[in-house]
Amino acid sequence: MTTDVTTEKNLARTWADVPEIAARHRRAIPEGLWIQCPSCAASLFRRATENNLWVCPECDHHFRLSAAQRVRQLVDPGSFEEIDEAITPADPLTFTDLKPYQQRLEAARRATGRRDAIISGVGFVKGRRAVLAVMDFTFLGGSMGSVVGEKITRAVELAEAKNLPLIIVSASGGARMMESGYSLMQMAKTAAALARFDDAGGLYISVLTDPTTGGVTASFAMLGDVILAEKNALIGFAGPRVIAQTIRQALPAGFQRAEFLRDTGFVDRVVHRRDLRSEIGSIIDYAGR
Amino acid sequence: MSAIQHLPFEQPVTDLDRQIEQLEQSPTAEALREELDQLRRSRDALLARLYTGLTPWDVVRVARHPGRPQTADYVRLMCRDFRELHGDRHFGDDPAILCGFARIGPHKVMLIGHRKGTTTAEKIACHFGCAHPEGYRKALLKMRLAEKFGLPIVTLIDTPGAYPGLKAEERGQAEAIALNLREMSRLRVPVVSCVIGEGGSGGALGIGVGDRVAMLSNAWYSVISPEGCAAILWKEANDRTNAQAAASLSLTAGDNLRHGLIDAVIEEPVGGAHRHPEETAARLQHWLVEQLSDLKRHPPQTLVRLRYDKYRRIGAFGTG
Repeated sequence: MTTDVTTEKNLARTWADVPEIAARHRRAIPEGLWIQCPSCAASLFRRATENNLWVCPECDHHFRLSAAQRVRQLVDPGSFEEIDEAITPADPLTFTDLKPYQQRLEAARRATGRRDAIISGVGFVKGRRAVLAVMDFTFLGGSMGSVVGEKITRAVELAEAKNLPLIIVSASGGARMMESGYSLMQMAKTAAALARFDDAGGLYISVLTDPTTGGVTASFAMLGDVILAEKNALIGFAGPRVIAQTIRQALPAGFQRAEFLRDTGFVDRVVHRRDLRSEIGSIIDYAGR
Repeated sequence: MSAIQHLPFEQPVTDLDRQIEQLEQSPTAEALREELDQLRRSRDALLARLYTGLTPWDVVRVARHPGRPQTADYVRLMCRDFRELHGDRHFGDDPAILCGFARIGPHKVMLIGHRKGTTTAEKIACHFGCAHPEGYRKALLKMRLAEKFGLPIVTLIDTPGAYPGLKAEERGQAEAIALNLREMSRLRVPVVSCVIGEGGSGGALGIGVGDRVAMLSNAWYSVISPEGCAAILWKEANDRTNAQAAASLSLTAGDNLRHGLIDAVIEEPVGGAHRHPEETAARLQHWLVEQLSDLKRHPPQTLVRLRYDKYRRIGAFGTG
């Protein structure tokens, strides 16, 4: 474990480790030298928290990460090659709510520097080569529209073609409403791709992070050969507010948290962020080819 | 009081319907046949006009009409020798999903459909058509049974959505739906589906991954209900925002067909399925038989490949 920590510290040095991501990186976490832990309210020195993989040293709260931060934490420095970067969202329904979808996309692009809610590519995790797809909750709540569905599907297909393990890190509010039926059908598309990958004997490790809900949970996120969840991550089908309205009572403590899903039998292991790399490495050694 | 429940946009035909009913029930109905036919023709013409101008929100109301035929009605009207099969063999039997062997025209099939219920007790037992995980698991178990014995699968979709409750979450609602999507995509028998009323999101798709998918012309199918969408994106669900959300979501049969998300629209008779259950069932049956006969041509591996290709193509994005 000691060696792990050292590796992580080396990893977290600078954004220059992964230059192509660094160029587009925007912070998911508020600016400032000092930040407050949303869980225990401790005042934390930003740099120290970042070096601690964005985990509160006081209470172990796992901050939400952008996809770029997640990739940087997971892969061996400099080993990540992004794929399918050019895939961009369209607006097939010319959707408008209080604002047009186009405007929401533009605002999300400006805020995150990303084109959509996912980064995919090939990289090494503790020396094991794998295909990675990492969702970005900071981009329209990590919602799955056509771009997320297509990039997940292509990542699955690449893993199959290259005979590599597949790691998908989910962080999503669910299917993207602004693409309606197209988003819904991405659930079927990604699940179908995973059926083929399964037939081919591929290893798929699904990592559920805070939060993973709705149509993402109800498709590829719950289909891992091995399902890991970060400590205390909210994971569910319906959101807690909707459920509370349905049953008209307060929800029990810990409901829909990672540990709850482990205890009810839907998650294999709950992991601390600092152990995620070694967990993935170990599973690949057991089950990968 | 009229026996037909009128939706708000149907108000113009209320009087005509009442007159027709009174005449039909009068002892002199036979003598008044000409007058009755005349009235019926005017009513149908008026209905036809009203139904061509439906807004998407009106369509949602038709799809939810209390008199609209449900899975159990179609089983009665278009299937012979139905043998219901209960239970998921793990947890229980969710009445919100109905499964069983059935004969439709010349075909022996496994029929699976959402059940909303008609009496109050039934509606409550079925959670108004919102299935629990054991419902989706029952469906999958019966689909695998069908696959084993080479029976094609017919699914009838009619749900506001999968049940969003404490127990459903505890028992793995998301996992149950996810597994159905994956397994349906590789079933080695034909799968033909129709949205007969409400196609509410993952709860609908959970039995809806098919080689051919149709919608009845007054059904809706979307990633979220208009109310759910309005509550999130418009910050409140009321009649105005629900109507706006329904329009934005492109949830009508025509919209879904135009975007290539379904394969066919089955036109309901004038005035909707609730006025003509028999005729609607006949049309649905005709379409199902046609698809099943056609799909029988394909060997299993071709079926699975074609089904994969169909879903693989869905998506709208740029590449530059």
